[in-house]
Amino acid sequence: MKRLISLKINDQEVEIAVPANRTLADMLRMDLGLTGTKKGCEVGDCGSCTVLLDGRPVNSCLVLAVQADGKAVTTIEGVETDDGLHPIQAAFVEHGAVQCGFCTSGMILSGKSLLEQNPSPDEMEVRTAISGNLCRCTGYQKIVEAIRAAGENMG
Amino acid sequence: MASYSVINRRAPRLDAPDKATGRAKYIDDLSLPGMLYGALLQSPIAHGRILNIDTSAAVKLPGVKSVVTAGDAGLVHYGVSPARYDETVFCHDRVRYVGDEVAAVAAVDLETAQEAVSLIKVDYEELPAVLSLEEALAEGAPRLHDKYAGNICSEVHQEFGDVEAAFKECDLIRTDTFLNKRQDGAFLEPNGVIADYDLNGFLTLHTSTQVPHYVQRIVAMVLGLPVGKVRVVKPYVGGGFGPKAGTNPMELASCLLSMKTGKPVKMNYVREQVFLFSRARHQFKHTLTTGVKKDGSLMALVNECYLEGGAYTSFGIATVYYAGSLLGAPYRLPNMKYDGWRVYTNKPACGAQRGHGGVAARAAWEQQLDLIADELGIDPVEFRLKNAMGAGDITCNDLNVSSFGMKECIQAVAEGSGWKEKRGKMPKGRGVGMACGFFVSGAGYPIYRSDTAHSTVVIKLSEDGGTAHLLTGSAEIGQGSDTAMAMIAAESLGVPLDHIRVSSGDTEYSVDLGAYSSRQTLMTGHATKQAAENVKRQVLEVLADALKMPFEELEVKDGHIVFSGNTPDFSALRTRYIKEHRGFLDNPPEDEALTFKEAARIAYLEKGTIVGTGKYKPGELGGRFKGATVGTSPAYGPSAQVVEVSVDMETGKVTVEKMTDAHDCGLAINVTSVEGQMQGSLSMGLGEALFEEVKFDDKGRILNANLAEYKIPTALDMPNVDTIIVESDEPNGPFGAKEVGEGAIMPTIPAILNAVSDAVGVQIRELPLTPERVYMAIKKAREEGKL
Repeated sequence: MKRLISLKINDQEVEIAVPANRTLADMLRMDLGLTGTKKGCEVGDCGSCTVLLDGRPVNSCLVLAVQADGKAVTTIEGVETDDGLHPIQAAFVEHGAVQCGFCTSGMILSGKSLLEQNPSPDEMEVRTAISGNLCRCTGYQKIVEAIRAAGENMG
Repeated sequence: MASYSVINRRAPRLDAPDKATGRAKYIDDLSLPGMLYGALLQSPIAHGRILNIDTSAAVKLPGVKSVVTAGDAGLVHYGVSPARYDETVFCHDRVRYVGDEVAAVAAVDLETAQEAVSLIKVDYEELPAVLSLEEALAEGAPRLHDKYAGNICSEVHQEFGDVEAAFKECDLIRTDTFLNKRQDGAFLEPNGVIADYDLNGFLTLHTSTQVPHYVQRIVAMVLGLPVGKVRVVKPYVGGGFGPKAGTNPMELASCLLSMKTGKPVKMNYVREQVFLFSRARHQFKHTLTTGVKKDGSLMALVNECYLEGGAYTSFGIATVYYAGSLLGAPYRLPNMKYDGWRVYTNKPACGAQRGHGGVAARAAWEQQLDLIADELGIDPVEFRLKNAMGAGDITCNDLNVSSFGMKECIQAVAEGSGWKEKRGKMPKGRGVGMACGFFVSGAGYPIYRSDTAHSTVVIKLSEDGGTAHLLTGSAEIGQGSDTAMAMIAAESLGVPLDHIRVSSGDTEYSVDLGAYSSRQTLMTGHATKQAAENVKRQVLEVLADALKMPFEELEVKDGHIVFSGNTPDFSALRTRYIKEHRGFLDNPPEDEALTFKEAARIAYLEKGTIVGTGKYKPGELGGRFKGATVGTSPAYGPSAQVVEVSVDMETGKVTVEKMTDAHDCGLAINVTSVEGQMQGSLSMGLGEALFEEVKFDDKGRILNANLAEYKIPTALDMPNVDTIIVESDEPNGPFGAKEVGEGAIMPTIPAILNAVSDAVGVQIRELPLTPERVYMAIKKAREEGKL
């Protein structure tokens, strides 16, 4: 049986009927076509499906869609601004923080959430903030550099 | 060194904006109208005879469109190397590991497909399984494949020089044994496919692969289709690292289901199935005997290796050869003997993973070399410098290292890490270690025997001349090859980077053997350069005619025509161009030099669409002995590292504090991407050294088939790397470029092992360096009074 939920996704009001067992990740990807949210493990281990739920990073594969009822969700598709790439996206491009790109959406959202609370994090703070987001390609260094550079640019 | 306009710089990747905004489409992001969903039935037991398969209940389930087994798929054998095609799409008589494919279903949705799979009834007669090297090699052990006695999948016996004679001249001979563990590729994107058999009999397979070309051939061969009717398209791929460099059963099953149903069929592995498919790093057991003279000269190496390979061969024949051939360098070693055996076990098949076949061998040997240096009283850096090869050297197994900045790399990391001040001089529990390594820059031969070009490239100019569209079958899997090719094309054509558009990863575009053996920068790069030069020549020939001047006096740079003699009057040509472009806003200003775009438009008017092609195939390579095809390459990339660790003496926990890495990549095409490959390689090596091991229970089931219990490095485990690019001019590379993606992982594990030894004073010859293993080694050394 489906339940009607209403929530804000990337600043837009959405009303949608979802089965009770639908994960937030699947609702975003399959019902709303927001495929920028990636599924790497579907059990909360890899962080590829990270989205912001009321500003906080969560693994959207571990959140049921119905649990997001009445809340605000930011996905990677909602990070761009009217002027183009968000500074953190621009920094990822500029600093070579993107390789295969499968972790990138989640990394950017974890990084964005950190910078909103702490605009000038030190290296350890960045590493801690993205420690739930696995990356197999980069060795993390350029991701850390990009997030710190974005903080400086936003400041 | 020549000065370049586009290459040898830092360029943002072409695909980065799409990937940073969620626009980039990976396989699971795609869907086609009317698409069905597929699911696989996989064996729950490690070894058994299939007595009966009953699909009747599954077929009757509403929503099910097709159920297929070996009866439908046929029994064409396939694999990676034609010498050992030992797989069929589905098992028909026996299952050989937990996860072996038995049947597949296509249904209207995934839930229905999965339910149908659960309704397929298979009667098995369970057979005894062999789950380790020892069990597989025991006398009278159950045999996995009737054809392969003693469960020996493949064996190699090579001798170069005369090791016995050389040992007689040695002052020191050491024997050590080393054991790594099975790794998983742990790429973030699980494998997935959409197969689409259309109404005209053309099959298109969209798949997350490193090798569209090889998949195309295997799909055609197994399903009995002409190669030209099969198209393989690679969307963006979320990492591969080797395990995606062969054909997987899901690719074949989805094609079969699409042909049966006439509908597109989508399938995905869940993470557990990625582990079950595996095709990642083997477990290697190396026993090495090395002889040296008192002065530190390396004289001879005897390398004996057993590979625990799993139920099928996959890349295994190449792997067992690489485990020998990749010790031929980077040191001058006149005598080398290798005996290798790849052994079948009732576990998922191992295959290729970054540093294919050579990573464990390298770890074993570099650890032993440190012990030898120690016994001789020579500093490990000095010992390696003394023996390091240089450009133009040829190894005893006939590898020609045409450019080879090994010494420069060693010196760079020694200096950059503060080696002299640190080695043996840090407090207990803290240490540094160093190691070297190298890798091929592209396998010298295709996987199947053929005279095929390894890469072809097509470049097509737009009719206005302003955009060069580069078409290649090569595979961008995250390493940055699309951007590297665009940079090479722009440099060769003489236009800015933003004049190049790249379409890649599609067998319709060109033939390219794909992303494995670190081959694309060199091989696809050559073909790209040639195609761009071809296009440029066509344009300049027309221009020379139009301007009535010698072709030799024309060149293209930064998007403009450069005249080596006097600049002719090209106003008539420009007027003609502008007339063609009435109303457009991008016409060149009157005082601007003649643009390539104008010349290309004139060429189009004369000749029609300008298309240039390029191809590359390695020239003659060394080695006439059996197995010489594995290890020979047009070029080799050497690497050196110093790693600093701290070890908690009471818990055994190892922390990597600092890494200094130098790699000779020839000429760096995209400096940022080269650093990215170096840092990523070190991260994967760190994971294998400290954490990674696929574990099994006594029934052959994986205990940790997930990314929580199979641990890869997180941002908190991986330190910053001081990345030093050592450039050389590789004569066989395009613009002097060669590999970086795999050579850089080679020294990581042994550098960590050697650093731990420096920190705690004990050697550990088994991976991974878990706190338990390290603590037990410290405890044992203490009990023996050695600490």
